[in-house]
Amino acid sequence: MTFKKFSESFYSKLNFKLSNFNLALVLLSLFFCIPLIIICGSLFFPAKDVWTHLFDTVLVDYIFNSFALLIGVGFFSLILGVIPAWLISMYKFPMSRYLEWAILLPMSMPAYIIAYSYTGAFDAAGPVQETIRELTGWGYHDYWFPEVRSLGGAMAMLSFVLYPYIYLLTRASFTEQSVCVLEVSRTLGCNSVDAFRRVALPLARPAIIVGLSLVLMETLADYGTVQYFGVSAFTTGIFRTWFGMDNSLVAAQLSAVLLLFVAVFLYLERRSRTQLAFHHTSSRYSPLLKQKLIGTHAFFAFVVCFIPLLLGFIIPASFLFDWAISAYSGVFNKDFYILLLNTLMLAFVTALLALVVALFLGYTNRNSYSFINKFLVRFVSMGYAIPGTVIAVGVLIPFAWFDSRLDDFLKLHFNISSGLLISGTLFILVFAYLVRFLTIPINIVEAALGKIKPEMDEIAKTNGLSHINIVKRIHMPIMRGSLLTALLLVFVDVLKELPATLILRPFNFNTLAVRTFELANEERLADAAIPALAIVLAGIIPVIMISNSISRSRPGYE
Amino acid sequence: MNKIIKTAYIFIVFFIFQQLPSAAEVNIYSARKEALIKPLLVKFSEKTGIEVNLITGKADTFIKRLEIEGKNTPADILLTVDAARLVRAKEKGLFQEINSEVLNKTIPERLRDINNHWFGLSLRSRVIVFSPERVEAEDLTDYMSLSDTKWRGRICVRSSSNIYNQSLVASMIVHYGIDETEIWAKSLVKNFARQPKGGDRDQIKAVAIGVCDIALVNNYYLAGMLDSGQEDEVSSAMKTKLFWPGQDKYGAHINISGVGVTKHSKNKKRAIQLLEYLVTNEAQEWYSNVNYEYSVNPKIKNTGVLERWGAFVSDNINLSLLGKHNSDAVLLMDRAGWK
Repeated sequence: MTFKKFSESFYSKLNFKLSNFNLALVLLSLFFCIPLIIICGSLFFPAKDVWTHLFDTVLVDYIFNSFALLIGVGFFSLILGVIPAWLISMYKFPMSRYLEWAILLPMSMPAYIIAYSYTGAFDAAGPVQETIRELTGWGYHDYWFPEVRSLGGAMAMLSFVLYPYIYLLTRASFTEQSVCVLEVSRTLGCNSVDAFRRVALPLARPAIIVGLSLVLMETLADYGTVQYFGVSAFTTGIFRTWFGMDNSLVAAQLSAVLLLFVAVFLYLERRSRTQLAFHHTSSRYSPLLKQKLIGTHAFFAFVVCFIPLLLGFIIPASFLFDWAISAYSGVFNKDFYILLLNTLMLAFVTALLALVVALFLGYTNRNSYSFINKFLVRFVSMGYAIPGTVIAVGVLIPFAWFDSRLDDFLKLHFNISSGLLISGTLFILVFAYLVRFLTIPINIVEAALGKIKPEMDEIAKTNGLSHINIVKRIHMPIMRGSLLTALLLVFVDVLKELPATLILRPFNFNTLAVRTFELANEERLADAAIPALAIVLAGIIPVIMISNSISRSRPGYE
Repeated sequence: MNKIIKTAYIFIVFFIFQQLPSAAEVNIYSARKEALIKPLLVKFSEKTGIEVNLITGKADTFIKRLEIEGKNTPADILLTVDAARLVRAKEKGLFQEINSEVLNKTIPERLRDINNHWFGLSLRSRVIVFSPERVEAEDLTDYMSLSDTKWRGRICVRSSSNIYNQSLVASMIVHYGIDETEIWAKSLVKNFARQPKGGDRDQIKAVAIGVCDIALVNNYYLAGMLDSGQEDEVSSAMKTKLFWPGQDKYGAHINISGVGVTKHSKNKKRAIQLLEYLVTNEAQEWYSNVNYEYSVNPKIKNTGVLERWGAFVSDNINLSLLGKHNSDAVLLMDRAGWK
């Protein structure tokens, strides 16, 4: 390709039509990009000394541990997520109706909480090892027991609470797949394992990848678990440089490096499937008849689906419950209900806003071929990989700047002081949530839209349907499951969110996660158990509702 | 849909409600957890009618927030649980000088800033906890001796990301200089029984069950466990003993929780009023009764566990130095391989 040709094609891509929607999209995404731009902007300020120190001492350790975490958590959450998703979408076996949603429950467990409860239970000083020592008369050094607080432990904790992202998206994808495709595969001689491996799995690839990238980004951004376990991951580095060395510049640079890494990963993944299309090629949907499993098959299916639930929910929740009972008295006062209300409201509003924004971005992007649009939306959807604390600072800087300018202006012309109008309100907190969590609905909406054949729109148009009606009567029913999934994921994520909330919340405003953290951080596990369980309970109801509605959303559901 | 609109409506009303300023108030950014400060603030409000607004979080992020918010910050007071952070806030120009006779009279000089930018409110010491079964108290002396090879694989301590450890190492730098402290830290790391993990209570439990023989912890954690009323905590704590390090040398390392009035405070007078309340006998006794910390006022008598532990010689370096050497300490611990 000559330079001229290249530049021509580049400019033709740049030369997008500034229709109103496009302009709105650019502005909206730029708005949500500000914190990320600030973070990346740090890269232009050199800080050689600190980097030399990091290279010489700890950086290799951080990178190695973070990589190990990514690989471990990715692997285990795929296993725990995809296989049950397949079994539950295709078969009936004992308890499968309940497992269908129960498998999602670990999602509402904050990773650091399950880390606390596993440690409380299985650590050397916990009741389990205590019992072993009492029964055998051994001392601590006389036996081997897996160390909870280790790299492996961190992998386990994160996988136990993150696999539901993969399960949920993969199941929605299996559910949306046309049964006919699977039936055709059977007539072509595929047995059920082949149908899974060669048909369903490749078709579900975009969904699995979305789930997996959410899991991996959350793993990268995690600080609570790795810090408690003493695993020096990349986030440890960010906060040590920031707090310990008082160098927020290099901390921002480390975060920017994290962003770049994620960007490269996502780009490579995308490029590897640009030649592939994942539309439903058959437009015929027939009711799905779940095959009934009996005997050992049924038993194994049950066990496979029960294990994730056991590890991610039943074990930690039962220890929490045990502690909660011991600290029950005097917790359920007015304060506690305000706490609950605050948390639910924040989660609900954020989830709704996130979905609306993502739908807008998704649709505008779908109808445009602009290179800039696509880039901006991609950029906005990387916030998930950045630790909440860093995002919070990225959000504070522009808003405080705006507030100060406004204050100066009003003082000068009207002699009124507005003080900090926006910073320090719930608005800025919700904004920070959106910057961090928009990744989820953007990816899900995009995947859902990607499955709607463009021809469908054409046909609808020739049949005289307006744009709005195409969306309402054709897209929405198809995407309903996915949209609900996005709503649920953001809702639950906000319930659990800690670092950004800790920095940005207004005076006298607390959430369940903040309360849980404060108590657990003081090593008062018993007292922390009640708000922790409340987070889980608050998450359970929407989990059940949305899970049911996803299974109903299957085309051909009766 | 209606429901959604209704919920959004409630949210907006709530949002506006949050914005309403109240007449007499003081706003606090607190690194001290809500449960460990709110009761005092409530008492203060009852007494004076001044409303106290509180956000709790981490000192470092509050310092950043104050920096970003600049002259418009709503905060009047920053409360931290470590001297180094107070020093950092002062260096960044976030505090202002406070001239209060009450504060100057009650708080000894070394527990407040030289320019009266910040004030200590409560004292704690980082002590050695040991297993009396496996360690003779005579074998223990000061922090420096923990690098001795006889402790190989026998010491538990939490991560160097923790500010209490950073301040301890900063105090070592003050006494011994960077080079000697680094040699010490390297040998200390070799003596670790395991990679640093968990909090201070975890280290005490580890000593109790024999993971290690001695641990470095803040003394109020041990007191808290002894008084927790929970069987396993108490029995773990009972299996260990407290040792005051460096009694015939520099003394035991101490640190403070403390407070400063922000440079751009809009309620300075009321903020000082609150500070003065926090050093009254009533408030100071609350610190020691509820959180097992020592009063900054030498006249206040200790009770309970603190009384049983008795008096001790404390390291009397100026606490500002902990802040001055904080970064050095972190870099040094990185080099020493202290995770």
